[in-house]
Amino acid sequence: MTARRVVITGLGVIAPGGIGTKAFWERIVSGVSATRTITAFDASGFRSRMAAECDFDGVRSGLTVRDTARLDRATQFAVVAAREALADSGIEIDERNAHRTGVSLGSAVGCTQKLEEEYVARSDGGQRWLVDHAAGTPYLYDYFVPSSMAAEVAWEAGAEGPAALVSAGCTSGLDSLGHALDLIREGAVDIMIAGGSDAPIAPITVACFDAIKATSPRNDTPEHASRPFDRTRSGFVLGEGAAVLVLEERESALRRGAQIYAEIAGYAGRANAHHMTGLRPDGLEMSAAITGALDDARIDREAVGYVNAHGTATRQNDIHETAAIKHSLGEHARRVPVSSIKAVIGHSLGAVGSIEAVASALVIRHGVVPPTAGLHEPDPQLDLDYVPLTARDQATDTVLTVGSGFGGFQSAMVLTSAEGGRS
Amino acid sequence: MSAFTVEELFQIMRECAGEEEAVDLADAAEQEFALLGYDSLALMEAISRVERGLGIALPEETVGEVLTPAAFVDVVNAELARSAPVVEAAG
Amino acid sequence: MSAATVVTGIGVLAPNGIGAEEFWAATLRAESGIGRITRFEPASYPSRLAGEVTGFSAREHLPSRLVPQTDRTTQFALTGSEWALRDSGLSADSLPAGERGVVTASASGGFEFGQRELGHLWGKDPRHVSAYMSFAWFYAVNSGQISIRHDLRGPTGVLVTDQAGGLDAVAQARRRIRKGTPVMLSGGMDASLCPYGLAAQISAGMLSESDDPARAYRPFDPAADGHVPGEGGAILTLEDGERARARGARSHGEISGYAATFDPRPGSGRPANLDRAIRGALADAGLSPRDIAFVLADGAGEPEPDRAEARALTDVFGPRGVPVTVPKSMTGRLYAGAAPLDLVTALFALRDGVVPPTVHVDGPDPAYDIDLVTGSARPVRGDAALVLARGRGGFNSAMVVRRPSAA
Repeated sequence: MTARRVVITGLGVIAPGGIGTKAFWERIVSGVSATRTITAFDASGFRSRMAAECDFDGVRSGLTVRDTARLDRATQFAVVAAREALADSGIEIDERNAHRTGVSLGSAVGCTQKLEEEYVARSDGGQRWLVDHAAGTPYLYDYFVPSSMAAEVAWEAGAEGPAALVSAGCTSGLDSLGHALDLIREGAVDIMIAGGSDAPIAPITVACFDAIKATSPRNDTPEHASRPFDRTRSGFVLGEGAAVLVLEERESALRRGAQIYAEIAGYAGRANAHHMTGLRPDGLEMSAAITGALDDARIDREAVGYVNAHGTATRQNDIHETAAIKHSLGEHARRVPVSSIKAVIGHSLGAVGSIEAVASALVIRHGVVPPTAGLHEPDPQLDLDYVPLTARDQATDTVLTVGSGFGGFQSAMVLTSAEGGRS
Repeated sequence: MSAFTVEELFQIMRECAGEEEAVDLADAAEQEFALLGYDSLALMEAISRVERGLGIALPEETVGEVLTPAAFVDVVNAELARSAPVVEAAG
Repeated sequence: MSAATVVTGIGVLAPNGIGAEEFWAATLRAESGIGRITRFEPASYPSRLAGEVTGFSAREHLPSRLVPQTDRTTQFALTGSEWALRDSGLSADSLPAGERGVVTASASGGFEFGQRELGHLWGKDPRHVSAYMSFAWFYAVNSGQISIRHDLRGPTGVLVTDQAGGLDAVAQARRRIRKGTPVMLSGGMDASLCPYGLAAQISAGMLSESDDPARAYRPFDPAADGHVPGEGGAILTLEDGERARARGARSHGEISGYAATFDPRPGSGRPANLDRAIRGALADAGLSPRDIAFVLADGAGEPEPDRAEARALTDVFGPRGVPVTVPKSMTGRLYAGAAPLDLVTALFALRDGVVPPTVHVDGPDPAYDIDLVTGSARPVRGDAALVLARGRGGFNSAMVVRRPSAA
């Protein structure tokens, strides 16, 4: 049996500073940050009061008023991004292929925003442990168990193959694509609607990151608060958004004459078994994930032409990640451009891995590497080529994208151009 | 306001991060938190409780820079002294 | 790709028994763990029964460091994983850390922890939110804590598909073993029996409002009127069959087939897909319906899904074509923990040649045409069993397990 390969045939993105794939790409190439003082709620009592927010209106994006009331913001993002991806791919899901089509959606915090709203309404503002069971929405269960998000996307697409929400914290958006890759390769399905979505800009999530001082407190300059790989970096800036990709088995995509953005050539995820929120500085487990993804793709590390970094701008992450890239790519690490788009779009937790996979596919398509915005003062400890401030023309047919998250999870994915990249 | 003590700190640490059975508390005050089995999360949880309990705000750097219970207590007491209301001169 | 995945270790925390053999003995005695909720006063809620895990003290099973930072869900998961590893006989240094991993299912994360911290935020202020909240209630917490506790540095993952998730997680772990990771922990635990968790479950309209533990959850009964929520689940040690045999490990049985499907949007007019999941799992195992000794059904306990499940069973197995049972009737529905616990039941039932009954049901609705095991345990013969699990929204998963092959 020849190995089944997986290609990307459709893209949909909801990101801060850009609704839609085209606007998203232009934004990250421009390097203009979308981080700002939080407008979603009054954040004045919080330590970090900034976020990269999406100027998203569900109704303007095509959802019904009823759905915008019923669905958590993250689910709305996912459905709208799925619509864009499906339209972009030109694929028709109908009774002929519904059973061969699955869904794999990543999310770190699921429907937290609705869970929090409902909690406040049912507890008299946090005063009652015995919350009211009858006061609020009949949809509470769908927020309680966020596989509802995957269900909505499956209904939207008409998919009747395996469906799942992948929730491995901040690697969810890469792990969901990895899961989709598995299912197509093993022959369970031919088509996957896969991606990630999170909408964490709400008091409880902001308070969580405040409590462990993971987010930047640089509230006076919100548009310049996220500084990946910079000497003065002070934590991440929370983001929100979604990306959904249509993935297809390569032969059937070629047969139907589909446009192909890139191939997902390899994936691996590893646990570091170290700490729920901390990282070992040596980055060995992320390095193992990178090596695992390259092995899975059967690609030599020298072939990597660009690394889309996790680059959150926490003190620890950027050290850990730099060490991991150096360890896994060896001398080649010094030659390859590495950038983080999080200074522009913030850190959207379980969505960001999928958003960065889209960015990686577009790097291959356009031959342009987006910059690390916000990197003004290099950190002497961090000595790779981080593509500061300005995008760079750089043709490449092999991109590595990596992610890291709470729980001690590290993941890596290799994308190649449709024409090859593999030996 | 009376000074914050190592005993009070250990009481808080036990509540929010469990107890280390193998530790001899007599010389624990000078040992590093990491050696006592308390990680940065435990320390952040403890800082938060101390801040709430005493109505003070400790410096942002406390987590990274304060390595031992004795040093932690010193930082708390310095902050208590700094934020204590100054008695206004009569007149 | 055809390498067998075997279960070499089991850790159980269930409402009718803490520990695998205790649970199994209680299950064979048809002992129910369902009763009035004791974790809080449920009088103000229309559903007041649950399957609670009683007599569990986290401090007895976990290092004190881990207790303040974990929800009950995670305390169960850490305890269950400890037991699953001990049962497998694997020692910490028996293979490199990078060659063992963990995939768990979650339904609602560390929800009681979440409710408490939401209370601290909204009832007090942001500074009262615990530093542990950033991970203690998120869905990935059990995989993360298990990997740290047992130094598992291989592949990891977390799946959320409501009550179907436990099978999906085990299937994911099996994929990793097939790709070369020798040992994976997998399964699921849930423990969301706090007031907000109960309110969420009530909101879906799926809970029985009966106060009689013997009448509240009666899957396939003509008078079925909902289910009882429960807590707990199971963690399994899964191993590559060859490797397990080479090290002389005792096998509880094999995970030999799996498939998952999703139902079309309600009202679309298209047929449901549970039967496709069953057929897919059988095909994956290389078995035909007559090879299946018994089925552990999902058993929603509501007329519509019970009818749909019975239809799928009669489609594949024929009318009354296979013994069907729902041991969940003794524990309540355990969300992500339900299906892994059913896998344990299936393996022990194959081992002992006896299928536990569906309790509290005198006889199934005759219209369903299924052979439901009721009253007391029934002897069976056979090598393979089917476990079904369904999640709200349309998630269908099916898994085939086999008794250990003679070495």
